[in-house]
Amino acid sequence: MAEIVSLAEAVRRAIHDGDAVAMEGFTHLIPFAAGHEVIRQSRRDLTLIRMTPDVIYDQLIGAGCARKLIFSWGGNPGVGSLHRFRDAVEHAWPAPLELEEHSHAGMANRYVAGASGLPFAVLRGYNGTGLAAVSSTIAPITCPFTGQTLTAVSALRPDVAVIHAQRADRLGNVQLWGITGVQKEAVLSSERAVVTVEQIVDVLDARPDAVVLPAWAVSYVAEVPGGAHPSYALGYSDRDNDYYAAWDEISRDRDRFTAWLAVLMNRVL
Amino acid sequence: MTPDYTSDEMMTVSAARALRDGMTCFVGIGLPSAAANLARATHAPGLVLIYESGTIGAKPGLLPLSIGDGILAQTADAVVSVPEVFNYWLQPGRIDVGFLGAAQIDKFGNINTTVIGGDYRSPKVRLPGAGGAPEIAASCREVIVVVRQNRRSFVDRVDFVTSVGYGSGPGDRERLGLTGAGPRKIITDLGVLEPGPATLEFTLTGLHPGVSAAAAREQTGWDLVVSASPEIIAPPSAAELAALRDLHARSNTA
Repeated sequence: MAEIVSLAEAVRRAIHDGDAVAMEGFTHLIPFAAGHEVIRQSRRDLTLIRMTPDVIYDQLIGAGCARKLIFSWGGNPGVGSLHRFRDAVEHAWPAPLELEEHSHAGMANRYVAGASGLPFAVLRGYNGTGLAAVSSTIAPITCPFTGQTLTAVSALRPDVAVIHAQRADRLGNVQLWGITGVQKEAVLSSERAVVTVEQIVDVLDARPDAVVLPAWAVSYVAEVPGGAHPSYALGYSDRDNDYYAAWDEISRDRDRFTAWLAVLMNRVL
Repeated sequence: MTPDYTSDEMMTVSAARALRDGMTCFVGIGLPSAAANLARATHAPGLVLIYESGTIGAKPGLLPLSIGDGILAQTADAVVSVPEVFNYWLQPGRIDVGFLGAAQIDKFGNINTTVIGGDYRSPKVRLPGAGGAPEIAASCREVIVVVRQNRRSFVDRVDFVTSVGYGSGPGDRERLGLTGAGPRKIITDLGVLEPGPATLEFTLTGLHPGVSAAAAREQTGWDLVVSASPEIIAPPSAAELAALRDLHARSNTA
């Protein structure tokens, strides 16, 4: 059953060194504040899982929190490269980064398998690409009914999922809408789930377009208004495109990044 | 006389013309998204735009910076989860055309967006990776690629096959079980390439105004075959240019 706690306490209790952590949110509702708290609490050796690592994982990778990245598209959307990600892969700075790489369809299906309690998912995909050869989590499988050769991808079972949502009620039932990506699957495939929300309300009005995660499927809820910034929360905030553009300059240079990190570490909440 | 448009504008206009009204189009971000939105704003108001963020039938009215901008969700016919957009909508072959970009592309239309140089574990350049492209390239009924043409991007063989075009030639898509027909056009800042009917090797079939076949060959990393009489593509009309610049202007101020 969900406990309503502070963000610092949620991270302290849910995320430990060496954990596999899935912070999801497809451009929309990215849990940036939670990612920053993980950096501030100096978590290490994390396996970071996310379809689109985005600026949030660039920051965690640069801060030295990650040992491994499981992903499908590692760019700064609409801007260019993730420079901290590239520096880790190309020059092992600040530490080597092991990669487990998929397509979006593969990652999405891996979460579906995890959420479904299955060891793998099946899709048409990867045939002829170089991806299967560089990953032990992609393998051909023969359909028992038709004999067709399809592709199996192993399930994702993170220790903890972290998402941002628009609202929760005081019991910890969570409601999110707009582009909801793979957040439901990430939460249901994980051992624990941390949800930051824009607002805690007395009563969750029903919305026909909303995904609802019942309180008993969530571990911790923390009220963090603006917790998706520079991503956005539909109905609450707009995407801060200037931040994404500015990140290109900050992240391109190790010294500028290190200065940015020092400010984050010293920020008083 | 210097034309009153850039080669990038010509490329985007040329790509937009390849889309027909009423088509369903799975859109990659960047150049493909600009072209698809231009088509919607001009000759193809009924073009159905599908983004991998799960927005189906998005009608943004400006150029989104990312595939998950709020404007896509707010204007969509339906917003579905990411597993659903790939499993229910793309995989069964419901989408007419996949509109993709590329970092590297080879003469058989195979696309690399993963690594350049070195080897996979220690690449010279680490690119963003696959995103939705492998399955878009496999499962859309056909694919159109929009990419600037030069010797870095147009290579004889890609360093890494992220998304399959025609593999190593005729028969490969069938052998691999890829259900879509594969890349039908590569549209660049110089012109248009289409697969040769027998070889499936991309050949130059169209040139943008003021570009010579020799110049296109010079910017290609394989021995580019030029069709007998490449079409000289019409320059952007005043209406096309105005619509494109309007889209950009509204996006820059949004």
